[in-house]
Amino acid sequence: MKLIIAIIQPEELPSIKEALVQNKIYKFTVSNALGQGMEIPINEVYRGIAHDIKLLKKVRLEIAVTDEFVDVAVDAISEVARGAGDVGRGKIFILPIEECIRIRTGERGEAAIG
Amino acid sequence: MLKIAALFSPLVLPAISLAAGESEPMTPEDVQANLNVVWTILAAFLVFFMQAGFALLETGMTRAKNAVNILMKNVMDFSVGSVAYFLLGFGLMFGVSNGFFGTTLFGLSGVTGNDWEFTFLLFQTVFAATAATIVSGAMAERTQFKSYLIYSVFVTAFIYPIFGAWAWGGLLEGGGWLENLSTGPFTDFAGSTVVHSIGGWIALAGAIVLGPRIGKYRRDGSPNAIPGHNIPLAALGVFILWFGWFGFNAGSTTIGDGSIGRLAVTTNLAAAMGAISATATAWIFFGKPDLTMSLNGALGGLVSITAGCFTVTPAGALWIGFIGGVLVVLSVWTLDRIFKIDDPVGAVSVHAVAGVWGTLACGLFNAEAVLNIGTSNTGLFYGGGVNQLISQFIGVGAAFVWAFGLGMLLFLALKHTVGLRVSEEEEILGLDIGEHGMESYAGFQIFTAE
Repeated sequence: MKLIIAIIQPEELPSIKEALVQNKIYKFTVSNALGQGMEIPINEVYRGIAHDIKLLKKVRLEIAVTDEFVDVAVDAISEVARGAGDVGRGKIFILPIEECIRIRTGERGEAAIG
Repeated sequence: MLKIAALFSPLVLPAISLAAGESEPMTPEDVQANLNVVWTILAAFLVFFMQAGFALLETGMTRAKNAVNILMKNVMDFSVGSVAYFLLGFGLMFGVSNGFFGTTLFGLSGVTGNDWEFTFLLFQTVFAATAATIVSGAMAERTQFKSYLIYSVFVTAFIYPIFGAWAWGGLLEGGGWLENLSTGPFTDFAGSTVVHSIGGWIALAGAIVLGPRIGKYRRDGSPNAIPGHNIPLAALGVFILWFGWFGFNAGSTTIGDGSIGRLAVTTNLAAAMGAISATATAWIFFGKPDLTMSLNGALGGLVSITAGCFTVTPAGALWIGFIGGVLVVLSVWTLDRIFKIDDPVGAVSVHAVAGVWGTLACGLFNAEAVLNIGTSNTGLFYGGGVNQLISQFIGVGAAFVWAFGLGMLLFLALKHTVGLRVSEEEEILGLDIGEHGMESYAGFQIFTAE
């Protein structure tokens, strides 16, 4: 069992969701995040004062999968998120999961993930 | 509010009491008097709605953590101001004058029945409250609530009405020295100076005594942007102010006649030109058309035309609004960069600076003869010489000395007694939690993107 954490551009989320569902990955968590990477800051001007927005808006996607789905999920995400291949396409982290429990039934392990 | 109104109101009183008699038929004068009441009170309601405009504009252009506080200030300065103006301010401004201020009409004493004073009091109350509420924006995000309440009483009970008595006292029972200058009466039809500059100068004093918000200036003195948290609210606020301003200016005739249309036209043209010229100025100087500057520019145009809306031509209104809008943008930039005065919503630039311009512009653009509404009161550009301009300078100077001087005294006194500014800790956490123990957007997590 692995936890896949992907930091992606917000505008990619709809296509990534679709790619995951096509690969039979139906369960994930999405949260808004702010992050600073290799991208150039956005220049804004407010009332004549220029200021750079360095912390940019990102989406953080968390997916718990059984081992056989790790590559499927990573491929699905990367294929979409790579886009034109410029900087700022995000990162994927893979962490081992010690235990997973479905609260409703008390099931544990891979049964709880699926 | 010109001499017409002053001449008219005494005539109104007997006419109304006659109309109240049993079988007396209504004369044309009775009908006109009733129409005047209806128009004036309706205009007062429009000006009241400007309080909502100010509240939204100020809330939108400041941060989410201070929204309850700024709305609270807007609600309470109107409430405190209404009572203070009724008890003291109205009498000081419009009672029988001792040469310096009025001494009768406190709490509307002696006013009964359907007297004109009821309508006139409400109309003047919403003006006084406008002057008061201008200040809350400039002092936003760092002022103690209790000190603001004390300020609200002083401005509506004392600072605003005394200056008002000098310029407008003759509209009712009073009479002030600015109405009797040897170079001709000071022109300020609806209050570029009497309302807006007075509020703007007090706002400047408040912003100076308070100092800038934490984080507004870097160590090297260059300014940081502190973006407002809800630009749609700010835009709605400005539309409401623009709407209410038709009452502010056209209502100031206090007469239901054809001049309402002319005043609405000059008012609207100046507002539109102010928005256009401010947009262009910001676009040229800062690279992008900045909505907050366009909003300030529309208000700058409105403030500028307030003094001359009755006495200038529509073409004159275009010029007055155009220059007003440019001045507002340049003034925001100058206060921010040169004087390092932190005015989060641009209140000083919109109300004091555009107010000064609009008032002086009467000395240039006044055109009663061209408009076929009178023979005197002509500005420099219409062959009237410099006399009117001199009168305008005297009025503008008197307003600055009185309002800025007393404003500084008031805020310094508050600073050294009850305290004027919140603690550093409270300012960072937000005044909503610190002053009021509540949040504006409960259930939302307020993020800062930097």
